[in-house]
Amino acid sequence: MSATRSIVTGGGGAKTPRSRKKVEPIYYLFLFPAVILFTLAITVPGIIGIFFSFTDSIGIGEWEFIGFTNYIAAFSDPAILTSFLFTFGFALVTVILVNVIAFLLAVGLTAKIRFKMGLRAIFVIPMVVSGIIIAYVFAFLFQNSLPAAGSALGIPFLETSIIANPDLAWVGIVIVTAWQSIPGTLLIYIAGILSIPGDVYEAASIDGANKRQQLLRITLPLVAGYVVINVILGFKNYLNAYDIIIGLTNGGPGTSTRSIAMTIIRGFQTGDYAYQMATATLFFIITIIIAVLQLSVTRGRSNI
Amino acid sequence: MSTIPLTPGRTAKEETATTGSTRSITTGGAGAPTKGRKSGSWSTTIILFLCAVTVLLPLYVTISMAFKTGPQSVDGNAFSLPAPFSIDGFVEAWQLTRFPVGFAMSFIVTAGTVVATIILASFASYAIIRNWDHRLFRYSFFYLLGAMFIPFPVVALPQIQLTGRFGLDNPLGVIILATMFQLSFSVLLFTAFLRSIPMELEESARIDGASTWQTFWRLIFPLLAPMSATVGIFAFLYAWNDFMMPSLIISDADMQTLPVRQNLFQSQFSSNYNVAFASYLMAMAPAIIAYLFAQRWVMEGVTQGALKG
Repeated sequence: MSATRSIVTGGGGAKTPRSRKKVEPIYYLFLFPAVILFTLAITVPGIIGIFFSFTDSIGIGEWEFIGFTNYIAAFSDPAILTSFLFTFGFALVTVILVNVIAFLLAVGLTAKIRFKMGLRAIFVIPMVVSGIIIAYVFAFLFQNSLPAAGSALGIPFLETSIIANPDLAWVGIVIVTAWQSIPGTLLIYIAGILSIPGDVYEAASIDGANKRQQLLRITLPLVAGYVVINVILGFKNYLNAYDIIIGLTNGGPGTSTRSIAMTIIRGFQTGDYAYQMATATLFFIITIIIAVLQLSVTRGRSNI
Repeated sequence: MSTIPLTPGRTAKEETATTGSTRSITTGGAGAPTKGRKSGSWSTTIILFLCAVTVLLPLYVTISMAFKTGPQSVDGNAFSLPAPFSIDGFVEAWQLTRFPVGFAMSFIVTAGTVVATIILASFASYAIIRNWDHRLFRYSFFYLLGAMFIPFPVVALPQIQLTGRFGLDNPLGVIILATMFQLSFSVLLFTAFLRSIPMELEESARIDGASTWQTFWRLIFPLLAPMSATVGIFAFLYAWNDFMMPSLIISDADMQTLPVRQNLFQSQFSSNYNVAFASYLMAMAPAIIAYLFAQRWVMEGVTQGALKG
């Protein structure tokens, strides 16, 4: 019984020195395939990568240790700095845009509306569509249809393709990324809004709160935990942006929309193996910092 | 997918609250009274329909372009209906991209990833939960979970090298890597679910003489079915749609998956829009069709997965 108890409540901090009963060997058979494959497929490559980031390897052949040279070079490499800046800026803008739109849609899709299920079904479709393929479709629309519409309507701003403009190409990437990732965010907000008991709203409307007040004073605070989830999940995904950018701009025009992931991969293809492993390691450290931040934030909020 | 309290064991109340709310996502919802005094607001409905148009527009363009003739596809009007209706694009795309081979590769990678993820993750989760008292198993849990913080780009370069060296620069290599990147999240979901299965249930099976292996397959694995569905849906969406990993790992172009094959239209044939769009449509269609049949599951699964994760 006590064994069950500790399983159910988890070892959360509780030291469990008791019951050193032998583990049935078959459990190792259950556990080891995953752990061993995982070690070979992720841990070992990770360690190899960090190791080579301190060398001058080009991926094959001989190499030498060069200490932190790669890291020092990376910090002053405009190509890498721009890609970090671009990626973080893009992730920030996208996460805000996606969450605002998804939240508003979720409010609409949980309100008293017609065709509720049909509408929800439509809004979820982008989630099942391949990022690179929809990026190709949008690239066509941005290059052909939008300029055509722009010249037909006499709007000079739209007459040139936005993804051919170094200053605006990122907008195209934000649009496509948002198009694809709103559904997942939306579903979480719908679940959040549905978990709010209906009588809260009834009480509020008896007290004379109008719809807008209910939205700002009740719905928004009560789904705050879900906002945190969505912001964290989204931000992490957008930092790794690759597929959609490849399909839409391929990092261009020039290198104006080259993400961190693209920079790492491109470097490899041009023989900068060790150098880009340093970039990857830096990126990894940043990811860890974000993960720690996210844990401290979610620890503080256990209301979900 | 990772906003977990890293310490396992949320209270039963939280557990049911989450499941309850995900359940209602496709049935209308307990929170907001659906059927009430009035039959529903038309203004909100109309606004939402307008938003839905932006979702459907790219898909409409894809479909209508795919059925156009070559000349019509370059006339500059993407939104017109096909006139005449033509399947030339499909015929040519089928041959150009070697669709049957691409489909087979995508299918193998996806099926392999889904099956491997469900089996390996449920195996490991079961072992971990039943032996939580033992350090090895407890630490394995945190070890596997740690990978949620390692995105593919970070380890991509060594992985490209290693898969190349060990003859895994093919769909099998992608299956292994994709499964490993799905593992942490899936283990998290399975362990959360396994904690809610009472030990007594298992003990009664044991009294009847079932071994651990038999107990797992006859009792635990069937009970895990809803979670396996969630895990499977995530693995499916990832493996079917991913471009980055197969494009980097699979070295033989003929073994590429469908999303990677589409880059053919970025260079050559770039003016045969009907062919390109027919090809895009054929690559997208299987996932969309699967979704239309399994909408409920997908919506519930994704919600549940994201919230538990």
